[in-house]
Amino acid sequence: MNFDFSSEDRMIQEQVRRFLSEQSPLSRHRSVMEGESLQASDVWQGLADLGLQGTAIPEAYGGVGAGYLPLCLVAQELGGVLAAVPFSSSVYLATEAITCFGSTDQKERYLPKLASGEWVGTLAVSEGPHAPSPTNLTVVRSGDRLSGKKLVVPHGLAADFAVVLVSSDAGTDLVLAGLEGVERSAVEIVDPSIAAATIDFAQTQCESLGEPGDGWAMLETVQHRAAVLYAFEQIGGAEQALNMAVAYAKERFAFGRPIGSFQSLKHMMADMYVALKLAESNAYYAAWALQNDAPDLGLAAATARVSATQAFQLCARDNIQVHGGMGFTWAFDCHLFYRRSNYLSLALGGLNEWENKLVDALPSAVA
Amino acid sequence: MDFSDTAAETDFRQTARAWIQDNAPTYLAAPLSGSGFGSTRTGDFDPIAEAKKWQKTKAEAGWACIQWPKEYGGRGATPIESVIWSQEEGIYGKLSGTFIIGQGMCAPTMMAYAGEEAKLRYLPKLASGEEIWCQLFSEPHGGSDLAGLRTKAVKDGDTWVINGQKIWTSGAQHSDYGILITRTDSDVAKHRGLTMFFLDMKSDGVDIRPIKQANGDSGFNEVFFDNVRIPDAQRLGEVGDGWKVALTTLMNERLAIGGSIATGFPEIQALVSELVLASGPASGDQAVRSKLADWYAKSAGLKNTGARAISALSKGEIPGPENSIGKLVAGGMMQDIAKFAVDLQGLGGLVTDPEIARSQAQIQSMLMRSPAVRIEGGTDQILRNIIAERVLGLPEDMRADKGIAFSQIPTSQDSGTR
Ligand SMILES: Cc1cc2nc3c(=O)[nH]c(=O)nc-3n(C[C@H](O)[C@H](O)[C@H](O)COP(=O)(O)OP(=O)(O)OC[C@H]3O[C@@H](n4cnc5c(N)ncnc54)[C@H](O)[C@@H]3O)c2cc1C
Repeated sequence: MNFDFSSEDRMIQEQVRRFLSEQSPLSRHRSVMEGESLQASDVWQGLADLGLQGTAIPEAYGGVGAGYLPLCLVAQELGGVLAAVPFSSSVYLATEAITCFGSTDQKERYLPKLASGEWVGTLAVSEGPHAPSPTNLTVVRSGDRLSGKKLVVPHGLAADFAVVLVSSDAGTDLVLAGLEGVERSAVEIVDPSIAAATIDFAQTQCESLGEPGDGWAMLETVQHRAAVLYAFEQIGGAEQALNMAVAYAKERFAFGRPIGSFQSLKHMMADMYVALKLAESNAYYAAWALQNDAPDLGLAAATARVSATQAFQLCARDNIQVHGGMGFTWAFDCHLFYRRSNYLSLALGGLNEWENKLVDALPSAVA
Repeated sequence: MDFSDTAAETDFRQTARAWIQDNAPTYLAAPLSGSGFGSTRTGDFDPIAEAKKWQKTKAEAGWACIQWPKEYGGRGATPIESVIWSQEEGIYGKLSGTFIIGQGMCAPTMMAYAGEEAKLRYLPKLASGEEIWCQLFSEPHGGSDLAGLRTKAVKDGDTWVINGQKIWTSGAQHSDYGILITRTDSDVAKHRGLTMFFLDMKSDGVDIRPIKQANGDSGFNEVFFDNVRIPDAQRLGEVGDGWKVALTTLMNERLAIGGSIATGFPEIQALVSELVLASGPASGDQAVRSKLADWYAKSAGLKNTGARAISALSKGEIPGPENSIGKLVAGGMMQDIAKFAVDLQGLGGLVTDPEIARSQAQIQSMLMRSPAVRIEGGTDQILRNIIAERVLGLPEDMRADKGIAFSQIPTSQDSGTR
């Protein structure tokens, strides 16, 4: 047994950290958020130069074939700087969907371009202000044509293609659809850095991914795997929000002393730390389960997801509190973490949904 | 990263499992599995006698305190092997409660500071459970503020003369030995005037009086010292270095208590799986499910955090203050779980009669014992201070006791002498 990442994995993490601290400071995130560009394409290209989009893609399909453990640490670093790149949608969702369910031909067509960063993919599930279910989908597939509207497709403005959850004769399907020429419009969401789109499919050409009718089950598999990677982004963000709070509390004085010497704030930050540690440890276990396709991956992923969501929500929220009025300004970075924490919490379905998945996956009680 | 056993670990696990199957007191399995936290149930058998018997059986076969060096009664096993052992020991591990303080806290202190002869004399008997030890730290005037203690030690030739009082000493009434922290100088700053000893609890002048606890048990005691003499050879560390020695004990305390800590999760999961509420099975109730998920995530987080600490130990790293989170999380969680579990059962949930209540009133004993978890071995507040100051590096609290002699520090109204 060995419960830590290897030094090779840590080296990759270190390399990514160095790259991001130079090329993707929070000011870069901010420029995207404030609308200067759709995404930080220079950062995306830099990540591609390091081969990171292809970390877990097999070498046969143009990837690095290094597996999921280093990819988890890459996710943690991207989460820490709130990188304004479509990495999560393209790598954790679209790439995973094709890796798990694509035919050999589809893998040959898609994976090399995803690995090199030439293509950006995304997953289009949501259709409005309600949670999607197999019975309420309005985007319909008929033969190789796709119609209907997906609302809030993360990175939908930046994507070249989407994996789309649709209703069909067979029930629910996953399909692949190119987005060139498809009508897309920007939709404002809490985290403006993720280039969210409304996509209006009108007789758009598509092809099946996996078996028609298996859409919902495939979606769940992809989301479980992605949950592990999202959890690492979340703990990366939580860690930085906590660091920000601690740094400010040491410098800011009130009543003649640093505010970090007030116990109510110290204890608040101690609780942030506790939530972060628990989330980190659960994410480590889930990383191992993902890499090894462990039988308890479902439980491990849901556990990592629940803890990571709790931790990032708490750290982002209380980081604002520690900063006082400053924390509520546009100019300070606290709200960037707050926004991102809310996005990441919902990107794969909310806390409640994952709590249910966790409980369903629990082995039965042994009293 | 690899959460599964290596070939050598598999071998070790099988050896351990086979030995346990052949030797464990299976007649205690039923009552032990119903043990609530802080109360070891052994049915018609005496808990201390049974604990000693199992410990002795293990020691004779080399399965006691397996991480200790062989010459001190252990097996020289690795930290990972020790985790495997406790997984395999399972419910029989509940019999070790009596020895936790001695083996988990006193022993590491002895290993670090006692002379070789003393180690060879005392540690094997600690491992085998033949001798029980206690920890004489807290006093009426100093629990959280441990360094504010007042029990005095005055040198007289080759011995020290002890006068004063300790309180909350768990297991003192069953103990053969104890480690004792005293004040040897009141005219220097408080952390600098302390000295640590170990002593025979049967020494003349030691008076032990059990205290009845809020849950009705009497696990802890008052211990009075009236001109008790301790040979200088039983001093641990230098005169005036007692604080440093105590930190060794406390660091291990958090590992011992926090390492494989009970959280109440298996108990609440079992209850939920069988309970039917007015609205239907408890396992289908959304509020119940949400709590269950939260508690599972926390208990898994503790387990996985423990696993990481073990990996760090295996690489020779020293466990740091981050291990304070174990008890902090588990204590509050156990109290919440017990409260919630009782609520789910309505008024009947308050029944404490083990003949009537579910699982021998396990939940009810958790309800009544859990407040202590948040106090013993460092209160929730002290643990948060430690995390804030020593892990996050936040500034110290403003203090009224810095830079002055112990005798000049402001104190409570009823302070008495120092
Ligand atoms: C079941 C049980 C078993 C025990 N066994 C042992 C044992 O075997 N040996 C032993 O030596 N001791 C033992 N103890 C004692 C235990 O370590 C102390 O009770 C504990 O450290 C708290 O000290 P106190 O009781 O003096 O409370 P106090 O220190 O007076 O604390 C009272 C309240 O003030 C808060 N407080 C105090 N200082 C601060 C601060 N700086 N910042 C914020 N809040 C603060 C505390 O958190 C608490 O809420 C045991 C206690 C219990 C309950």
